[in-house]
Amino acid sequence: MEFRKILCSVLDKLMEQDERICVLDADLSKPNGTAKLYEKYPKRTFNAGIAEANMIGVAAGLKAYGMIPVVVTFTPFATRRVYDQIAVSVAYAKLPIIIIGTDPGITAELNGGTHMSFEDVALMRAIPTMKIYDAVDPRQLESALPKLIYSEQPVYIRMPRKERPDVFDEGYIFEEKADIVKEGTDASIIATGTMVYEAMEAAKQLELENINVEVISVNMIKPLDEKTILDSVKKTNKVVVCENNNLIGGLYEAICRLLIENHPVKVEGIGVKDQFGQVGKYSDLLKAYNMTPKDIVEAIKKQ
Amino acid sequence: MSENLKCAAKEIRKLTINCISSIGAGHIGGSMSIVDVLTALYCSEMNIDPQDPKKEGRDRLVVSKGHAGPAVYATLAYKGYFDKDELMTLNRYGTNLPSHCDMNKTIGVDMTTGSLGQGISCAVGMALASKIKQDNATIYCIIGDGESQEGQVWEAAMFASHKKLDNLILFLDKNNLQLDGYTKDVADCGNDALKWIANGFEVYSINGNDPYLCKETIKKAKVSNGKPHMIILNTVKGSGVKYFEDAKENSHSMPINEEIRVKSIAELDGE
Repeated sequence: MEFRKILCSVLDKLMEQDERICVLDADLSKPNGTAKLYEKYPKRTFNAGIAEANMIGVAAGLKAYGMIPVVVTFTPFATRRVYDQIAVSVAYAKLPIIIIGTDPGITAELNGGTHMSFEDVALMRAIPTMKIYDAVDPRQLESALPKLIYSEQPVYIRMPRKERPDVFDEGYIFEEKADIVKEGTDASIIATGTMVYEAMEAAKQLELENINVEVISVNMIKPLDEKTILDSVKKTNKVVVCENNNLIGGLYEAICRLLIENHPVKVEGIGVKDQFGQVGKYSDLLKAYNMTPKDIVEAIKKQ
Repeated sequence: MSENLKCAAKEIRKLTINCISSIGAGHIGGSMSIVDVLTALYCSEMNIDPQDPKKEGRDRLVVSKGHAGPAVYATLAYKGYFDKDELMTLNRYGTNLPSHCDMNKTIGVDMTTGSLGQGISCAVGMALASKIKQDNATIYCIIGDGESQEGQVWEAAMFASHKKLDNLILFLDKNNLQLDGYTKDVADCGNDALKWIANGFEVYSINGNDPYLCKETIKKAKVSNGKPHMIILNTVKGSGVKYFEDAKENSHSMPINEEIRVKSIAELDGE
């Protein structure tokens, strides 16, 4: 199942139940899967056109009037293009909206460097009150969205548009905390978004060599589930952090800070190392930025 | 009984001066230029209740040129939203009256503004929401002529017109000055009226420093004709006190010591 199909079906259900929920797009409703909502909810769906700054402000205005706005666009246009609007009209003004950035990091694939935002996590982390959820698979998104939409703080959701392999089982229930996807004792792989699947692949390879790693899906990059992470690292004392964005300002640095303050150990980072994006298939880009399961295995062995 | 708007505007100007002089300096120019429209709105045209500032279905005002906060605070205090003494706390640590408008701090302020170009979009969002809720509210928004250099203003204009938001009344405070000088010298906006007409607005252009004219024009603009409305307020930066008017762009933010305060109040009283 594609993430965008889940996005549309969950929003459809939620909009049916709650007349306050409205959806805003910036001329990407078709690729992002929200286009179908326009027919059913003509009064609560707004295509702002290619004018993202205004879209964020309009969403803030709707929120000030008691609505629950969800804005959807590609990650670079949902974050860096509208940073001041999110910082002031949304976060500072305490008008929490849901911001959905699609195709984060290398999942932007063939759209390439201009559309491949590696800095979105750093940007959004730096805004006070902002929550960040990085979707692992469509099943998790399905469970997460109905909870996050009622958050009293602004939420930035990163999700690919298309299919990614499942990590979680049927019946999975999302909570705003980390999940231990695989228990282990030899090292902790702390991963987010689509990198959780890659981390699990690495864990399988390591198991063949009798290395038993714990895999944690953080789910929320902010606020971090510090307890789950610290409990794991105190047990293993070896850490590799995996993320689909620039390590600068991302999960890697958030984990480093947490561990420096609480349990200092060496931390390896798998992710983009201060580089720009480029065109390529997901698998090609995983290799280009040294983010493959093989790279994760090597990072564990280096520890 | 209708209030004497000229007297009200004079009192609000005096409160604005007292407010800014209490901290020694501030955005006097752009505050004084919008006092007359604020007077027309709060003393005549807006459906509001100072005793119930969050009343459902009330009219709302977004002062997108958020640095005019002191004039807004003076107007709200004049209307009894809070005590006039509070005006003396402007920009003091812990105050409810910061330089730029803040809906979470000041009773009666409908939107947090200050980063120019953003408030107009929020007003558009409110006008949309009012249409959804069918509460018959009118959403007002004041933008600056310098502010109109922000691209977001035109994104909002296009969208408001596309959505036929005839419950939205915008004001352009055309005082012809911005921080660095005359707008025509910094980055000329061209023919404002034609630009707003081209964007699908119903446009008026009036002397924005006449509160009665503001009132009459707002009444005319409150029509459901499928078009958002723009009232261009031809104003003078620092309007009402010669010293501020003569300062031109330097009145954007300038010192007001006790001597200037006393002279300014006397000048207003001598009218």
